[in-house]
Amino acid sequence: MRYAMVIDTLKCVGCSDCVVACQTENNVPVGYCRDWITEVVDGSYPNVELELKSERCNHCENAPCVRCCPTGASHIIDGGIVLVTPEECIGCGACIESCPYDARFQHPEGYVDKCTFCHHRVEKGQSPACVSVCPTNCMYFGDLDDPNSEVSNLLRNRKFKTLAPEAGTKPHVYYLI
Amino acid sequence: MQEELFISGRDIPNIDPYLQIWHWPISVYLFLGGLAAGIIFFSSVITVLGKDKEYVGAVKYATLVPPVALSLGLLALVYDLTHPLYTYQLYTTIRLESPMSWGAWVLLITTPLTFMWVLTYYSEFVKNSSKRIGFLVKIEEFLVPYRKQMAYALIPLSIILGVYTGILLSAFNARPLWNNAILGPLFLTSGLSTGAATIILLAKSSAERHLFTRIDLALIVLELGLIVHMIMGMHAGSQVQLEAMQLLVGGEFTLMFFGFVIILGLLVPASIELMEILGKKVPAAVPAMLILLGGLIFRFVMVEAGQITRYLY
Repeated sequence: MRYAMVIDTLKCVGCSDCVVACQTENNVPVGYCRDWITEVVDGSYPNVELELKSERCNHCENAPCVRCCPTGASHIIDGGIVLVTPEECIGCGACIESCPYDARFQHPEGYVDKCTFCHHRVEKGQSPACVSVCPTNCMYFGDLDDPNSEVSNLLRNRKFKTLAPEAGTKPHVYYLI
Repeated sequence: MQEELFISGRDIPNIDPYLQIWHWPISVYLFLGGLAAGIIFFSSVITVLGKDKEYVGAVKYATLVPPVALSLGLLALVYDLTHPLYTYQLYTTIRLESPMSWGAWVLLITTPLTFMWVLTYYSEFVKNSSKRIGFLVKIEEFLVPYRKQMAYALIPLSIILGVYTGILLSAFNARPLWNNAILGPLFLTSGLSTGAATIILLAKSSAERHLFTRIDLALIVLELGLIVHMIMGMHAGSQVQLEAMQLLVGGEFTLMFFGFVIILGLLVPASIELMEILGKKVPAAVPAMLILLGGLIFRFVMVEAGQITRYLY
């Protein structure tokens, strides 16, 4: 089992529905977010290209946050989802410093918080909140170890990229380009 | 060419627009930890070599600093935690991959040892025997025969402590300015140099002051070499490292780095120390104070500049 998210940058319209869905589903405090939208404009008129995408924790295979955590609060569970145990987190910020994606933040209550791939929903066979609300269906979630899963098929047939692969983290959020 | 980049729906405190997760307490701790490591290293080496009668400033008076420095440093560390009630979780596990984990353990062992070290000189500090506290005298009597054994333990511990202040930062590959292997030795050298400077300030004889002036000058030369190495390494590095180097060389932190760390904190004290070694009459406290100040500013520059460097956006 290796969970992954695939996001089609050609279908994303940057509506931020995924951001709001996540905040609602996970009770994210006001002013914070576990996912966000980036809009990148490339080129200059008339040859302009706009890329929209939803970003979040990449649930890296070689997760620097897990390596740097002094207490083991940051850990990887079955399926490759990276989680934080609030009762073990001392709020030292080492994981935040170590994340090339700046995907983590300090929850107002002190512990470190981030995207969980909605593992409480995934356990029940549902897809993460962001994926389930996407109005353009540009987000996919599934098991990379299953060659017939939707995500495996997409990565086989489409061009894709990951964010900052040079950081050596082996991210598991893929962007179709 | 990338024209514009917007990140919408995101303005997280301390994360955006750039990281401000580690504040001044971390810089202060890195300085105090290095300073303590330097003093402990020198006093232990002198004790192991059996020269403790000749260099009392180093083994007796300067060793009053590490327990205070480490205690204040630990307080600063805990002060910067956002979930401090769970600090005990550090000591429920040892994670060798996490420098902060083994650093916390080394601090747990070293800090009490530095207190015990000072206690071995208790009756020498409190000359009037009627003013001595009974149980402290008992502890002193118990510990004095073990001073050399403590010194043997403290030599490796102080080196680990000094290197740890640098490795703590260099373990984060997400921050290109920190992510270079030279940072551990560099912070150790800087820590030893600030330790030597403190001993110069507290030295009891001119022989002792001259010895540590020589040691300090050698350490400054070594430190300058390591800084050149660091800049060269980043200069020959990837795009993110080039951008990180720009912050120090021709960027936001250039004045702080070259003006206060390299010139005022290293080159000026080195010249004054050289004059002293050549026999000129110079106030020994001036280079020592400059080195301490330069070491502190160096930690601030590295901690703050490092958090600006990143891979994305």
